[in-house]
Amino acid sequence: MENITKRFGKVVANNAINMELHEGEILSLLGENGSGKTTLMNMLSGIYFPDEGQIYIHDQPVTIASPKDAFALGIGMIHQHFKLVDLFTATENIILGLEGKLDLANARKKVQDICDKYGFDIDPDMKIYDMSVSQKQTVEIVKVLYRGADILILDEPTAVLTPQETDKLFTVMRNMKADGKSLIIITHKLHEVLEVSDRVAVLRKGEYIGDVLTKDADQQSLTDMMVGRSVSLNIDRPEPKSVTTRLKLEGLTVFDELGVKRLDNVSFEIKAGEVLGVAGVAGSGQRELLESIAGLYPIASGSVTYYAPDGAAPQELVGKDPMDIRKAGIAMSFVPEDRLGMGLVGSMGMTGNMMLRSWRKGHSIFLDRKNPEALAQRIWQELEVVTPSTSFPVRRMSGGNVQKVLVGREIAQEPSVLMTAYAVRGLDINTSYTIYNLLTEQKMKGVAVVYVGEDLDVLLELCDRIVVLCGGQVSGVVDGRTTNKMEVGALMTRAGGGKADE
Amino acid sequence: MNKKGSLFHISKRDTLPLPKALLIRGGILVLALVFCGLITTLLTGQDPIAVYRTILKGAFGSPRRIGVTFRNVAVLLGISLAVTPAFKMRFWNIGAEGQTLIGCLATTTCMILLGGKVPHALLIVISLAAALLAGAVWGFLPAFFKAKWNTNETLFTLMMNYIAMQLASYFIIVWEVPKGAGKIGIINQDTRAGWLPEVGNSYLLPILIVGIMTVLMYVYLQYSKHGYEIAVVGESQRTASYAGIKVDRVIIRTMVLSGALCAMMGFIMTAGIDHTLTTTIVNSRGFTAVMVSWMSKFNPFIMIASSLLLVTMDRGASEVASTLSLNHSFADILTGIILFFIIATEFFITYKVTLRKSSRKEA
Repeated sequence: MENITKRFGKVVANNAINMELHEGEILSLLGENGSGKTTLMNMLSGIYFPDEGQIYIHDQPVTIASPKDAFALGIGMIHQHFKLVDLFTATENIILGLEGKLDLANARKKVQDICDKYGFDIDPDMKIYDMSVSQKQTVEIVKVLYRGADILILDEPTAVLTPQETDKLFTVMRNMKADGKSLIIITHKLHEVLEVSDRVAVLRKGEYIGDVLTKDADQQSLTDMMVGRSVSLNIDRPEPKSVTTRLKLEGLTVFDELGVKRLDNVSFEIKAGEVLGVAGVAGSGQRELLESIAGLYPIASGSVTYYAPDGAAPQELVGKDPMDIRKAGIAMSFVPEDRLGMGLVGSMGMTGNMMLRSWRKGHSIFLDRKNPEALAQRIWQELEVVTPSTSFPVRRMSGGNVQKVLVGREIAQEPSVLMTAYAVRGLDINTSYTIYNLLTEQKMKGVAVVYVGEDLDVLLELCDRIVVLCGGQVSGVVDGRTTNKMEVGALMTRAGGGKADE
Repeated sequence: MNKKGSLFHISKRDTLPLPKALLIRGGILVLALVFCGLITTLLTGQDPIAVYRTILKGAFGSPRRIGVTFRNVAVLLGISLAVTPAFKMRFWNIGAEGQTLIGCLATTTCMILLGGKVPHALLIVISLAAALLAGAVWGFLPAFFKAKWNTNETLFTLMMNYIAMQLASYFIIVWEVPKGAGKIGIINQDTRAGWLPEVGNSYLLPILIVGIMTVLMYVYLQYSKHGYEIAVVGESQRTASYAGIKVDRVIIRTMVLSGALCAMMGFIMTAGIDHTLTTTIVNSRGFTAVMVSWMSKFNPFIMIASSLLLVTMDRGASEVASTLSLNHSFADILTGIILFFIIATEFFITYKVTLRKSSRKEA
């Protein structure tokens, strides 16, 4: 029996948290972004040091001051970002940093044993650069097991996986549980919680709300615990009206700075009056696709044709930069993935950020500050942005408020095309639903909305059509109302050649 | 590993209210002066009060000294203002030294070659134009290479300093007076051709010019579209492209401005103050300016105070050296200590340090 109790005072991230993990169970740590899940786990794995409180393992008080201490106590954490050397094989990566004599052959055998025991599906001699994301994740898990961990912490392991890969991961997790290991999975996807875990612990704003046995919980009750009040989980999806083609992509091909092909002959249509979803494993060309359309990415070949709402002559967008596009009278709004690195200026306040879209207006050499200020005030009120003032640097706002500022500004441009990349990443449930509603509102106004997303459940509920990308190619376009998760998941890994799983 | 965790806990502060921040800054400055006093007594046995008094006397002891001090403040402040747009854009321009010197050289060239051949007023205009052009070129080159081929601007601007330096050395020999002296001496001493006119006394004109420049720079950075573009490019080039700002154009334009302004300060030095050209005329103020600019967080008005502090210490150093028979470097040590305290202040204003409560078991 393991008994982990922790208390932290004053620090908002985690406030006086008492938590237990039993031997041989899978515990889900559930909470919205910013609720302190990762902070809490980082203290278990020695990355942070608690300000107050005590950790017990097997009823013994322990002090975990570094990841090394954590390992010595059998605690291993698998982070969201992998730390692997690309040029090394799986085995080499696994033993990297271990002390003692280097015995590759022996290590290889031990790695193979671990894989066989729990049903991991990797080749110990495969180089990391040949691996898919899910295989890399497997290497990270084996690495932790190799070091003799009894307690495994997985930080949002499914964020980068397709549904099929997720299923596989869950199978392995159950095997580990059967072997007596204890697992903690950090997540905010409810259906996964219900599927894999035995018990659910819920955090909200740094407070430990409580834990329930998974068999006694359902999606609604867990959401209510997470948010602290009852919320509706349905996305309203009205039937699209008067759908017309707004943007037509034909044979779009782009290369990145290193000459790697990022989009390969991509063709599809973006239509006014509907929400077009873009699905795909992370890094399948979503970013390049949106930036190409917005005039921010060099296009090797292909065309993007714009059909204006007023029926004016079609315009070619390839070869135009964002300023050219605006000058051509095209109101294109873009909520990029990298909010503070591309969509906003972190050190400026709301007003300064409103000016990003309007600074050029007028012939004066001086800036117009009045209108952006008025717009900032409006967004502050309407979207309930939490900030002390419109000049408070947006970098220091919370993620959800940053996104409200960005989305609010983009919608205020009265766009004819609205592109969003991972618009709800890192946002709490309430803000996410605010964003979904705003997008649907835009769609009903006749805007062509593009929604690049990672949560298939949301894509299936929100979008009218879904384009699936795989390795820079379009692997399918499906109807959001009739398709299902398995179909989209299969398309996500199809085509694209070498990098596909198995 | 360690059993007790770290002793200090460092966390980011919320924004401090302005009075409190000012109080901390003032307190630190007093602390710095006290510390300097301690060091002085320990190292030299001198009375620290006497040292400070000597420093102040050196800087402000007579009307002439006050004039020179404020004129030096004007020069340092002018160069600091000139480098500020580039640094605000996060363009690491450490070429202000060369940009200023090339302005001096261009002015010298005009004064020597055209002195007596064109009317005085016209000569001044031509000299100024030549200096601005030369500085603009010195700013344009690294910016152009940066924009087109992403070369490292720090190395580029640094090397441009040496080119300016070598050019200056070469022409000093070409125009040396008398032959073999290895220096130019006062240019057009009899005719005063190309000399800037005096306003009231020989100190006031540069001070007035830089005073106006300070206000203009503040307005430019704070309220103009250009200023906004510079701020956005400095924060993130990707955001700038996203907002439709032509990043390459802004980089080149800003560096041309920066270089031209540096050269204008060079023009003021040669035509209005020193009336000569030496390879050391800029006297590392191109580098000191970088510090002034950053220390003042690119705020032109705070730069006035920063420049004043540095110039006062520098002027006082000479006086300390002669009166108290201490090494000239001693005042530099004091300057260093004061700067260290000032820079450290920023840390304490941004972060809060608390001692860890040692309620935990100690092992």
